[in-house]
Amino acid sequence: MIHHQVIVVGGGLAALRAALAAQEAADVAVLSMVYPVRSHSGEAQGGINAALANNPDGRDDSWEKHAFDTIKGSDYLADQDAAETMAREAPGCVYEMEHWGVPFSRFEDGTIAQRPFGGAGFPRTCYAADKTGHVLLHTMFEQCVRRGVRFYNERMVISLVVEDGRCHGVIALNLVTGELEAYHADAVFFGTGGAGRVYARSTNAVINTGLPMALAYWAGVPLKDMEFVQFHPTTLYGTNILMTEGARGEGGYLINNQGERFMARYTPRVMELAPRDIVSRSIQTEVLEGRGFENEYVYLDLRHLGKEKIMERLPGIRELAINFVGVDPIEKPIPIQPGQHYTMGGIDTNIDGETRVKGFYAAGECACVSVHGANRLGGNSLLETIVFGKLAGNRIARAFSGGELPPSDPAAVERAYRAIEQKLRRMATADGHENVAQIREEMQQTMFFKVGIFRERGEMMEAVDKIAELRARFPRTSLGHSGTTYNLELMHKLELEGMLALAEVIAKGALAREESRGSHFRRDFPERDDAGWLKHTLATFSPDGPVLSYSPVTITKYEPQARRY
Amino acid sequence: MSALSTATLKVWRFDPKVDSEPYHQSYQVPVTKGMTVLQGLFYVTDRLDGSLAYRSCCRAGVCGSCAMYINGAYRLACETQIGWFPDGQITIGPLPRLRVIKDLVVDLDPFFAKYEQIKPYLINNSQPPGKERYQSPEDRRKLNEMIDCILCASCYSSCPTVWMSEEKDGYLGPAALTKAWRFIADSRDQGAKERMEVIASENGLWRCHTAFNCVEACPKHINPTEAIQNLKKKAILGKLGIW
Repeated sequence: MIHHQVIVVGGGLAALRAALAAQEAADVAVLSMVYPVRSHSGEAQGGINAALANNPDGRDDSWEKHAFDTIKGSDYLADQDAAETMAREAPGCVYEMEHWGVPFSRFEDGTIAQRPFGGAGFPRTCYAADKTGHVLLHTMFEQCVRRGVRFYNERMVISLVVEDGRCHGVIALNLVTGELEAYHADAVFFGTGGAGRVYARSTNAVINTGLPMALAYWAGVPLKDMEFVQFHPTTLYGTNILMTEGARGEGGYLINNQGERFMARYTPRVMELAPRDIVSRSIQTEVLEGRGFENEYVYLDLRHLGKEKIMERLPGIRELAINFVGVDPIEKPIPIQPGQHYTMGGIDTNIDGETRVKGFYAAGECACVSVHGANRLGGNSLLETIVFGKLAGNRIARAFSGGELPPSDPAAVERAYRAIEQKLRRMATADGHENVAQIREEMQQTMFFKVGIFRERGEMMEAVDKIAELRARFPRTSLGHSGTTYNLELMHKLELEGMLALAEVIAKGALAREESRGSHFRRDFPERDDAGWLKHTLATFSPDGPVLSYSPVTITKYEPQARRY
Repeated sequence: MSALSTATLKVWRFDPKVDSEPYHQSYQVPVTKGMTVLQGLFYVTDRLDGSLAYRSCCRAGVCGSCAMYINGAYRLACETQIGWFPDGQITIGPLPRLRVIKDLVVDLDPFFAKYEQIKPYLINNSQPPGKERYQSPEDRRKLNEMIDCILCASCYSSCPTVWMSEEKDGYLGPAALTKAWRFIADSRDQGAKERMEVIASENGLWRCHTAFNCVEACPKHINPTEAIQNLKKKAILGKLGIW
């Protein structure tokens, strides 16, 4: 058994930021499923929000306005104290990343460049061309190297050890050796990313299955607001690779098969820079009403920006479009469609990343503080990872310096290890003709088409039934081989079990919520209902399925009002 | 683009725990429009053979997981379309000359250990201002390309000096040296001297013999050879006491 005071699970921005902070006062080790620089944070393109007021058009910006935009963007489901904390901490966190070496794009005066983004009253999105996540992630990893953070790479965590409301460690599969490893710790932090792969047409990396969220759920930690799933308006037709919102921030148009800038019909004032939920529904409406191409997509047109601007500000987008659809955006418009992009919900935490389980913390996309509520604004996810990763890491450091955590029990880890060992043995010897990939694909299609951009009761009931059927078929999946090194088949099977649990939570939460708010749009309940539904959904595990309960939204000074753009 | 209906993926297989020799195994995969080699490998795992091992993550060319040797060239499997090869014959191997863990998965620990040696982080020990450190757009542009590095190890695997060098403590290789230049070229960095002590050493930049393999191998179109030449220039000027 391996012991560290703190085990950080994940290799992306939230996890690394938490590790750096916790290491100030404790012995920390990071368990990552991939080499950390491979993490999905690196795929973020457009930028990170902070009210620096560097842009000549943004001199009147302030953190309070950033907080308001975030809360309005969330359709008032965000906890306002959390959104205020994030916006207030943003400038300091961005400056810190700059001091650590992030090569942000610059204005002529040498300050960090900022571009407009959807749903924001001012141009406050700091960027490094269209590779902002990539440079942030590499810089964060560089700081970990500098400070000698201990890494265990290519470890897939498959159990969170909780007994009597106290976290004691994790069990991980070493992907290289195939061996199970027990990690005993006094504090465990999850910064494990979202669950995009529960859906078809996702922009997410293939590792974003959300299994760690399911591990927390099974261990008794509630999942919050899981029915709120972000669909990004502009993903590449065919592969659903992300085409940054920065493309519209820089002035890109959305065009239908009539050659119209159709956003004039939906949000004439802000046009293409409405929040993502609204733009995605608008695109989908165009396609459903016959104004798309091949009944599947519309165009993102950048040609009028000119070669120089595209090469300077959006070089990554251009390369992706050329490589994946053979389209050079300097010459032709890019075929795009909405795709699953972000998991607004997650492990229920407070602002300091604490959960209801002593010694278990989470931040980033896997967690729900909540700052994004029913719809996240572009540029706020990178920010969330850094702000709340740091706050959670600081909280862990304080817990150690103050001797707050009761002792954890290696015997509990030992028991969990034996249970997982037996489970893997059962999986290895399971008999049946079901195929993991087949079940996964049926789940992904069901979720995209029945619990997707537009929702209604009948389809969601079908989805719930379908997920129950898939869960019943799951035990009849068998493994075709017993190799230990890099057993992708075993990994996929473990991930699918978690994804099916999350799919059930998402679908049941969505079915129960009889209103429309942010990304959750019910054709049968098209209005927001603050009297009935201005509250968070909490899903708690039970063997018979999730038990739903609700908790109030924290309102500080922004009274919910109609959300118009 | 050709309209293939199927392609043959001829994949290099080797499990050191079981096999005495590596071998090739062929898989027939159905091809859809725009399908990538990585999607072909996914099909193999999902439908044909769960024992095949490879790394993948972002499937969008930014994470660096799936660098492989595909039809005689260093490529990211996720950025390589099957349709680019009209005969539908695709031979896939691991990054050459690195230790194979299994099939297409190679040991990258030595690669990352060398990356760590060059102090791959901004060094500036002055008190930071309350805001950002200023950098002109012109100075910032000097870092373009180099900051696109995804640490996929293609250049490292292609470098003849790396081939002739010890895995441990041997030649730093093109990726680590390019990273060193990325920082030295950064107007905010003050770590040139301490970094040069590491890289102008026995296993450092003088062992680059300008074979340019790394330039050809890089899937992100970075020019590591140029970065290394810049470092050499800097090292000579340093010896002459010019900086």
